[in-house]
Amino acid sequence: MTTTTPATAKAPKPPEVKKAPTKRSRWMVEVAWKYPVAVLVVFIAAFPLVYVLSASFSKIGSLAGSSRLFAQFSLANYQALGDTKYWTWVLNTLEVGFATAIGATLMGAAAAYAFSRFRFRGRRTSLTTLLIVQMFPQTVAFIAVFLLLLALGNVVPVLGLNSKIALICVYLGGALGANTFLMYGFFNSIPTEIDESAKVDGATHAQTFWRLIMPLVTPILAVVALLSFMVAFGDFILSKIVLTKESNWTLAVGMYNWVSDQLVANWGLFAAGAVIAAIPVLVLFLALQRYIVGGLTAGSVKG
Amino acid sequence: MPSTVLDDPEAPPQRTSLARRWQGMGWGFVSKLVLMMLVNAFGLATIFSAIGAQAWGILIAMVVLLVVADIIYFTKLAVPLKYVFPGLVFLLVFQVFTMAYTGYVAFTNYGTGHNLTQQQAIDANLIQNEKKVDGSPTYPLTVVRSGSELGFAIVDEGVVKVGTAEQPLQVAPDAVVDGSGRATEVPGFDVIPTSDIYSDQQMQKDVVVLRVPVSDDADEGSIRTQDAINGAIYRSVLVWSEELQTMTNVDTGVVYVADPNTGSFIAEDGSTLTVGWRVVVGFQNFTKALTDTNYAGPLLKVTAWTFAFAILTVLSSFFVGLVLAIIFNDERVRGRKVWRTLFILPYAFPAFMSALLFKGMLNRQFGIINDWFFGGAEIPWLQDQWLARFSVLMVNLWLSYPYWFLVCTGALQALPKETMEASRIDGAGASKQFRSITLPLLLISTAPLAIASFAFNFNNFTIIWMLTEGGPAMPESNTGLGYTDLLISAIYRISGVQGGKADYGLASALSILVFIVVGVVSAIAFRQTRKLEEF
Repeated sequence: MTTTTPATAKAPKPPEVKKAPTKRSRWMVEVAWKYPVAVLVVFIAAFPLVYVLSASFSKIGSLAGSSRLFAQFSLANYQALGDTKYWTWVLNTLEVGFATAIGATLMGAAAAYAFSRFRFRGRRTSLTTLLIVQMFPQTVAFIAVFLLLLALGNVVPVLGLNSKIALICVYLGGALGANTFLMYGFFNSIPTEIDESAKVDGATHAQTFWRLIMPLVTPILAVVALLSFMVAFGDFILSKIVLTKESNWTLAVGMYNWVSDQLVANWGLFAAGAVIAAIPVLVLFLALQRYIVGGLTAGSVKG
Repeated sequence: MPSTVLDDPEAPPQRTSLARRWQGMGWGFVSKLVLMMLVNAFGLATIFSAIGAQAWGILIAMVVLLVVADIIYFTKLAVPLKYVFPGLVFLLVFQVFTMAYTGYVAFTNYGTGHNLTQQQAIDANLIQNEKKVDGSPTYPLTVVRSGSELGFAIVDEGVVKVGTAEQPLQVAPDAVVDGSGRATEVPGFDVIPTSDIYSDQQMQKDVVVLRVPVSDDADEGSIRTQDAINGAIYRSVLVWSEELQTMTNVDTGVVYVADPNTGSFIAEDGSTLTVGWRVVVGFQNFTKALTDTNYAGPLLKVTAWTFAFAILTVLSSFFVGLVLAIIFNDERVRGRKVWRTLFILPYAFPAFMSALLFKGMLNRQFGIINDWFFGGAEIPWLQDQWLARFSVLMVNLWLSYPYWFLVCTGALQALPKETMEASRIDGAGASKQFRSITLPLLLISTAPLAIASFAFNFNNFTIIWMLTEGGPAMPESNTGLGYTDLLISAIYRISGVQGGKADYGLASALSILVFIVVGVVSAIAFRQTRKLEEF
């Protein structure tokens, strides 16, 4: 098949009339079948999402009877969310997510700046150590995190169990290594001449960092902030261990609790809550696809 | 002479640069000062609080961190550290320390019944085994309060005595006793009416556990109450001997010897007191995981499944993603952007919600998978061990193929055009070209991601816990371990952080196993990517 391509390339005009039927059959063989495949893939990708949307509008809160799509249209489930702690959880998730994102971005950027712009003793060793440390997932050490917070809580209650601040600190500790690396590469791509000229003009290292470098690295800041937010948003094990009181839960913990017990599971509430929580994430994700994929391939957070 | 020559031309620029620096440092310096004030205030508060709580480890760590922070930010000894330090603190405390601490706990018997130090364990046992002393008179009792501290006032043959948990009973000469024989006014204390206690559950609990020592001598026992009206002397039936390191039950005469190897008080007949203490037990946790019949078999299965799950997930999602990428990396297909966006929908939906959603959809009786695709057959997707494993893999495939689709599409588009052109001119057919050029180039660029994905899925707690909670449970073991448990969820179950019997030691030992696997895999990735070369 491909062997014919050079021929058409060499003599594009004359065979065109002859090629017309062959071109059509080639299109059938090579391209047309891809559309049904695409439809199938989209069906598989989308049917659970369509189902959850339909279930959220159902009057019945149970799984039974939710099979017929959009059989009813009722906002009862959405209204019922107001009687639960749902909105508190949304707020908690946002608080924890934003704090983690901002903290992780600032600390990662500062560390990356130091490694990229200063030459000091032990720099290589520190980088290697950081690389090795960040390979070990923090979640596996959750028992130690639990015991540490248990002990810290006796001394500083805000850093103890059931504190959102403590959870943010835990996330910050776990995020730093990978973020620093992601940013380090980007910082290196900014020419050093820029800071050198600033230095000549009398700028301090702090001014160079805040006024010159930070505006130049905004894209990577956005990526790291977004990834950190997603990690905090999607985390379950650490938030489940740390946040014990219902009013402190994040969405992951709260919504798990709604449906974990088969007997009292409330799927209507879950579906409505999932739709509300997923829409902003979905929009944000699809809008920022390009950046997220770039960040993922570099850091590989999810997948 | 030279100095004046130098002075004159240098004077104006020096002045401006100083002025500029002052302006620049003005804001920076003020904000730095404010931040450091907050840091120091927090640090000092923590230090004092740590002294109060006798938490020496936290005290030392806080002092060191605070001193280092002040040195770094108020001197110019280490400028790079000014940037690295904040992140470093979090990394050290919440990642490096926790990893090291996991390593330590793995060699201890830390867990239910072994939570405390030996002294705390002794006290706990003494309190737990307190009994009302035979023949002790019942004293009319009043609950009193001084600040936030509760206490008891009793009337002993007309004399009012008052005390708290810290302060043994003392005679209160100016107290007032009412007609029923109970104290109604005690100088220095507020009397709490009985009705207040009965209406406040928390206070009820506090009152029932309150022990007011009769005197400075602990052997004389302490006053306790069950009803907040009558008090009696309680004394522990156990007696601790420091020299002999034994606990003796004076009622039964049984002697419990403190065994420093197991952290328990053991009697001759093998029975132990409920509360033991924390000791280093060496490799006991590791041998338990490998040889204890209750754990060894199930854990072996769990480990095998963990590897299978991680490998199969990577392979299947990579394969599906690659095939889709190849099929739709074709300029002749119209609306590719729209198709692509629709393809990656599962990836944009938060993963934990997808997993929970599938748990509902795979429900045996009411789930739509059975209803829509299998004509209402009640297929036990999550109840049968093999079907459950299959379901977990399929759901994870649904979740992760978009990632590989995106990655492979990107990699395909980044393939060098010249190489492809050259191979075509050399007469390579489509399949030959794919096998010899496209695939090898693609594998090289995606291998590090595949390894990272393996490491991620090896610890993919969320999907397992949301979908099956590790179940169905293995019938041969009472540990609660299930057929779809990954090591991380097995650790979670065994650790007992969510209640139930806790075994931090064994769970940490298994964590070490996971660390080793992840470490080895990462080391391979490390060599693959050769990130070090970038330094």
